[in-house]
Amino acid sequence: MSIDIKIRKGLNLCLKGAAPNILKTAPASTNYAINPTDFHGVFPKLVCKEGTFVQAGQPLFFSKYQESVQFVSPVSGTVKEIKRGAKRKVLEIVISADKKQQSVKHKLPALDKITPEQVKELLLASGNWPFIKQRPYDIVADPNATPKAIFISALATAPLSAQFDVILEGQQDAFQTGIDILSKLSPNLHLSVGAQESSQIAETKNCTIHRVKGPHPAGNVGVQIHHIDPINASETVWVVGAEDVANIGRFFQTGVFDASRTLAVVGHPLSTPCYFKSKVGASLAPILEDVGAENLANLRVINGDVLTGTATSSAGYVGYYNNTVSVLPEGDRYRMFGWLPFAGPNIHSISNTSLSWLFPKRQYTPDTNLNGEERALVVTGEMERVFPMDIYPMQLLKACMANDIEKMEQLGIYEVAPEDFALIDYANSSKIEAQAIIRDALDLMYKEVG
Amino acid sequence: MIRKQIDRLKKPFAKGSKFERFAPAVNAFDTFLFVPNHTTKKGAHIRDAVDLKRTMVTVIIALIPALIYGIYNTGYQYYIQTGETFTFLDAFLHGSFKILPMIAVSYGVGLAIEFAFAVYRGHEVNEGYLVTGLLIPMIMPVDIPLWMVGLSVAFAVFIAKEAFGGTGMNILNPALTARAFAFFAYPTYMSGNKVWVSEASNVDGISGETILGSLASGVSVDYSMFEMFSGAIPGSIAETSTLWVLVGAAILIFTGVGSWRIMLGGVIGAAIMGYLFNLWGANTLMQFDWYSHLIVGGFAFGIVFMATDPVSAAQTVRGKWIYGILVGILCILIRVFNPAYPEGVMLAILLMNVFAPTIDHYVVQSNVNRRLKRKQHSTTVQTA
Repeated sequence: MSIDIKIRKGLNLCLKGAAPNILKTAPASTNYAINPTDFHGVFPKLVCKEGTFVQAGQPLFFSKYQESVQFVSPVSGTVKEIKRGAKRKVLEIVISADKKQQSVKHKLPALDKITPEQVKELLLASGNWPFIKQRPYDIVADPNATPKAIFISALATAPLSAQFDVILEGQQDAFQTGIDILSKLSPNLHLSVGAQESSQIAETKNCTIHRVKGPHPAGNVGVQIHHIDPINASETVWVVGAEDVANIGRFFQTGVFDASRTLAVVGHPLSTPCYFKSKVGASLAPILEDVGAENLANLRVINGDVLTGTATSSAGYVGYYNNTVSVLPEGDRYRMFGWLPFAGPNIHSISNTSLSWLFPKRQYTPDTNLNGEERALVVTGEMERVFPMDIYPMQLLKACMANDIEKMEQLGIYEVAPEDFALIDYANSSKIEAQAIIRDALDLMYKEVG
Repeated sequence: MIRKQIDRLKKPFAKGSKFERFAPAVNAFDTFLFVPNHTTKKGAHIRDAVDLKRTMVTVIIALIPALIYGIYNTGYQYYIQTGETFTFLDAFLHGSFKILPMIAVSYGVGLAIEFAFAVYRGHEVNEGYLVTGLLIPMIMPVDIPLWMVGLSVAFAVFIAKEAFGGTGMNILNPALTARAFAFFAYPTYMSGNKVWVSEASNVDGISGETILGSLASGVSVDYSMFEMFSGAIPGSIAETSTLWVLVGAAILIFTGVGSWRIMLGGVIGAAIMGYLFNLWGANTLMQFDWYSHLIVGGFAFGIVFMATDPVSAAQTVRGKWIYGILVGILCILIRVFNPAYPEGVMLAILLMNVFAPTIDHYVVQSNVNRRLKRKQHSTTVQTA
């Protein structure tokens, strides 16, 4: 049985450079890297050294404040380099992969009799735990918490993002196993799919299926939680990415850690955007070469979609959580009188001070120009247009900027994650960094309230 | 080419150079020519084309029809009174000669203060004053001395805006604060029958009372509905023509820059109040038709361009409705009950500016209460 959710506010950005539904195997990668900064708030304690041999599934580091949470190597090979930044912060653990892959194999009990404790223990020991994130705070889940529900979104609405019917093609069996396993951790398991979803995902058993309709951010799991079972103060919910459910399922089928990543490599500068079957931490360079990212000097490579991703480079690695790699041209150019109303019809705007409303079907080719400068918050009502939650976004942002914890709590900080404010980043005329403000506020809340 | 020249000129203002402190002032001019080459550093990697400059310039475009008509009407009122024959151009030139210096003074004084504060506080110059600086001369009587314009501007920018933290933080609409300052500081220049027509204070034969002024003193008016609507009547420079204000309103509503909720709310509030007074009908102002109330005086201009200032108005959707309706009601109330201030819209908006945060507080609080209730409900379900 499915329940329908209709989202009305939001924005579907129509960009050029989407990937056609063709799935290729990614060109072999010699180097893999795990980037501890992908796990927000995790302070890594290394258990490997440069030069040591690791098997696939063998821990590289654990979380200093939650020692049971292990982060494992996606491949077997030698730790080639540990890159550090300011204050010796670990930025990258690079592993050069062996030709012959060896994996740590875990012993599995019979799946039909498995207890929640056994599930938890196995997820932690095998390195699958970081796939589970928690709300509030949008961080790796605390294994000691009891979530009131687990949410999985199999709907991607962000611009150019990878579609889950392609990602989960051929992984449905592992996906179902993953759902069965996760349902041991919480009886309230919610899976959201698109309103038109016709693939097998919509027939997944052992969970409540929600059909979600509407523009971006309808696919954001935070928006779905808000409409299904909103988070109150002192409650916790867990969220798992749809492909990670399949990864977890595969582990419980084989006993071997398998961090597969189906990537949509997209963007209008690319000649042949495409889907690739790859692994977490794989090197991006051979993939980018394959899609024809010429002239990489003035392009920006983004781990994730163009609204929420993290900037990396052509020498970077596939991030831990993203199914999309976006490529954009850098926008470091001046535009004479570009601020005049109706100037620059090639740049999309949700405001009617641009002519882009005349071309609703047009595919835009954006760059990374800020299209203005940061200013005081003046215009009202523009944030609400792209924010489909029963929350006042501008009032919440102002409370966050003022570090007013009590007010943030009242206005619903527990229900939001930075990604929910991505469209506000995009649309607000004052060019304030809403996602960064929310991230800082969540960190403050975590520190003060826990 | 031009870009290279600018980059060369900007060198002494770069970070670490001699005149670094004055960079905001120079950047303000630069960003007028070019949208800067800043790229996104964090957050979303792509951004909408709209920025504050574009938003503010849209308001200025919306103001221009009313301004041009106001310039023409200044000359028209003058020549009608003197009885000279005149052409459109004569009237327009007479008005330009009067009004352009006022605009120059308003921008000169206001922008100087804005730039000084930007340098002092080390932030970029906000574009808000571009609109305020044009609004102030547009709502003044035509014969006000230039130094009074300058002083009102300085008062408004210092006290109404920068004292509260600058653009985006002000409680009161700065342009209306300037007018209120002039109104209370120099009442003889702001009311009576000698200020609304060009040269009326110098030439004995010329005089002209605003319609509301006449009504307040119990005199009925002999202007036709069409004259009141088109704006061929004495009054503050650009407020008289409801027709051209409506053109501006259409621009604001279509581009989404001005809130139609506030405008519609204001019209509804004023119409209801005016109608109720029509039913009562105890004096000439009460007998004045409710629909005429909407087209005379500064009501149309105020509700379209002043009440919709997003910073000083209510910010929530429901708040905007309440705010707009109350502005309309208060405007007619002040007009009818206080003969000393026949123009009620200025005080009505300023008063509602003060109450806007309170309105928003209650609207937001209902959201907060809903969240608290939801939590209590879920705890009771869990314990039960």
